[in-house]
Amino acid sequence: MSSDRAIEQARRLTVALAGNPNSGKTTIFNALTGSRQHVGNYPGVTVEKKVGVCRHRGVWLDVVDLPGTYSLTAYSTDELVARRFVIDQHPQVVVDILDASNLERNLYLAVQFMELGIPLVLVLNMSDIAAARGYVFDLEELSALLGGVPLVQAVGNRGEGIEEIRDAIVGVATGARRIRPVPITYGPEIDKEIGKLAAVLEPEADRLAPRQVRWVALKLLENDRPIRERIRHVCGNAAGVLAAADDAIARLKKILGDEPEIIIADRRYGFISGACQETVKNTVELRHTRSDEIDAVVTHPVLGLPIFLGLMYVVFWATFRLGEYPMDAIDYAFQWLGQAVGGLWPAGSDSALRSLLVHGVIHGVGAVIVFLPNILILFLAIAVLEDSGYMARAAFIMDRWMHKIGLHGKSFIPMVIGFGCTIPAIMATRVLASRRDRLTTMLILPLMSCSARLPIYMMFTAAFFIEKWRGPVLWMMYVVGAVVAVLAAKLLKSTLLRGEAEPFVMELPPYRAPTVKGTLIHTWQRGWMYVRKAGTIILGVSILLWALTSYPKPHARDIENLAADGQQAATLEYSVAGRVGKAFEPITRPLGFDWRVNTAMMGAFAAKEVFVAQMSIVYSLGDTDESEAQPLQAALRRNYTPLQAVAIMIFSLLGFPCMATVAVMWSESGSWKWALLQWAGLTGLAYIAALLVYQIGSALGLGTG
Amino acid sequence: MTRFGHAEQPGLVSLASLADGATAQLVTVQGGAGLRSRLTAMGLRAGVEVRVIHNGGRGPFVLATGELRIVLGRGMARRVMVVPTRLGGSDTGIPTGTTAPPE
Repeated sequence: MSSDRAIEQARRLTVALAGNPNSGKTTIFNALTGSRQHVGNYPGVTVEKKVGVCRHRGVWLDVVDLPGTYSLTAYSTDELVARRFVIDQHPQVVVDILDASNLERNLYLAVQFMELGIPLVLVLNMSDIAAARGYVFDLEELSALLGGVPLVQAVGNRGEGIEEIRDAIVGVATGARRIRPVPITYGPEIDKEIGKLAAVLEPEADRLAPRQVRWVALKLLENDRPIRERIRHVCGNAAGVLAAADDAIARLKKILGDEPEIIIADRRYGFISGACQETVKNTVELRHTRSDEIDAVVTHPVLGLPIFLGLMYVVFWATFRLGEYPMDAIDYAFQWLGQAVGGLWPAGSDSALRSLLVHGVIHGVGAVIVFLPNILILFLAIAVLEDSGYMARAAFIMDRWMHKIGLHGKSFIPMVIGFGCTIPAIMATRVLASRRDRLTTMLILPLMSCSARLPIYMMFTAAFFIEKWRGPVLWMMYVVGAVVAVLAAKLLKSTLLRGEAEPFVMELPPYRAPTVKGTLIHTWQRGWMYVRKAGTIILGVSILLWALTSYPKPHARDIENLAADGQQAATLEYSVAGRVGKAFEPITRPLGFDWRVNTAMMGAFAAKEVFVAQMSIVYSLGDTDESEAQPLQAALRRNYTPLQAVAIMIFSLLGFPCMATVAVMWSESGSWKWALLQWAGLTGLAYIAALLVYQIGSALGLGTG
Repeated sequence: MTRFGHAEQPGLVSLASLADGATAQLVTVQGGAGLRSRLTAMGLRAGVEVRVIHNGGRGPFVLATGELRIVLGRGMARRVMVVPTRLGGSDTGIPTGTTAPPE
């Protein structure tokens, strides 16, 4: 009865989901919360925060997906974020997902939650695989040795054990399930020092939250920098506490012969081994797994690279070729919508509202949404590569090559994601532990041609190149970007960010068939972010640019003698955007850009794909008879040469990172200087490259006809 | 179990010197506390048995411990000090990339 009442009281619980990378945490998260998820960021850092909701026995569970970590030290942003959430946000329960086949290693994180004294539920995930590998668990005994922490066996991708996890969460949160914390001992010497430090900290307990005193003492012995920082800020006797900690570390080092933090880590494993000794048995000595067999081929010294390049080609082919059909449909739908809305006004009307709706809103957003199929396919492919475990192999294969340009194999993953979008790619550089490696990778990422630039290439290649040449030209754009990225990385690594390459350590997860649900959720979340961008930033910018290109209007008598085309051009030239574009013409003329391109480039700063929307507005503005609307391609062909098109594409590829990139670069690098350096450096580079292309091309008479 | 020794220990060799298929017991990692802490958290700790899956010569190095497969850069593999328990390569008759017989 009493537990029922407790459930009544706890109507809403915050549950943090933790676990090692590759423990199947995301699969459990998806199974727990279904599609009721939303993606945001942890405050202050751009670490992705996924929150999902589910209801169980009348209780709402807000499940927060913490970043996958091996530990709760302060050596990586992910670990700090996970730790901070658990300490500051007080989730009622932490659910730690364990890979049942690697229990000891996975329990290392669990032990650290136990040290924090947080109500814990442990999930032995992928227990089917563990069983197949011959592991047998005595769950009852293991749970008892861990202080009564509930242990739930689950198979995330088949949805097994999910109800039991929910039961355990509610049970632990409501106190129906009693947990008595087991004291973890680190050996007499360390235990004694923890006691002494805790005594020093005791007077400050209010400021540290009482149950954390021993934990803070432990962390001080581990020489944990953020904890020292915190002591310095909140403690009255900070100097005394830190001096006591330093003394303790020095004493322990002398007695034990090594850094206390290493010994403490070792003692945690000692505790785990003790608990697993009698409770985890392996009956089969399976030394070579299916994954090893696949790896023998996939990471083969000779075959590895061609297989990788082949897969990348398949991804590209699928993105562009399969995307064509839905794109045509979307294009058609928006054209129809534009005509339908335009038709609400009498023919020949020059209503400002009609122009705003048709040209500003529908054309602008349509020009962006049309690329949604491409983006969905690309993210689907990336999700499959990631979830299957291949992405880690790609990093491994590429390490040899990345090393040559002074980067880390892991830098390759953000670079691949960069082909989708620079923003998540910059965020993905968090996997790099060295700041130098991370900054170098972040700085060159905009050179990986993102999907938002694809519309620009598609527009120009479709207009200026015959069918047969479009593919190769597109491919070349990506290759040029990648080659320049390599050169830039090499340059940065030998000048501004000189230094030793960070040691390379990475886990190769076993290969797994990606789950349909997980892949679709992942793809949908990315796709939705793109749609949201189209609905907000791009819609706003489209309207702003429409206004900038429409106003101020020239006086009717100044243009009444001109033909329709001429009137259109005159109107544009007279507008704010036209004037700004014109002001820049002397600077961009050597690149072959006219003021219209400059104007559209202004839009590209907001988001690269706006360039396309802007060009379509620039060339359809002022025409009042919808049936006579000129297709954009014909307008482009009339106004530009193929050489100019290539110069514009090169400029868009290399330079002018969008404002979202600047913002994320600022927050991720922690300094506006890096963001500014990146923006100015790349734009300067783009200017020089476009200048060379246009001037040399003109001199040789290439593509000028 | 000696593990803190920066002092030489008989039979102590660098992981990078082992051939494919060799097994060894990890003794210590030469490096700063941060690096050692990270490796420990990933499961590469003193006392575990490791097996060389792939010694890539100049490229990265793949090793197994339990069911885990971990890639190390070349420089890292050199810093991991082990005591070999079984030689790999031709000594064991295990050709690279095929299934090893269960013990």
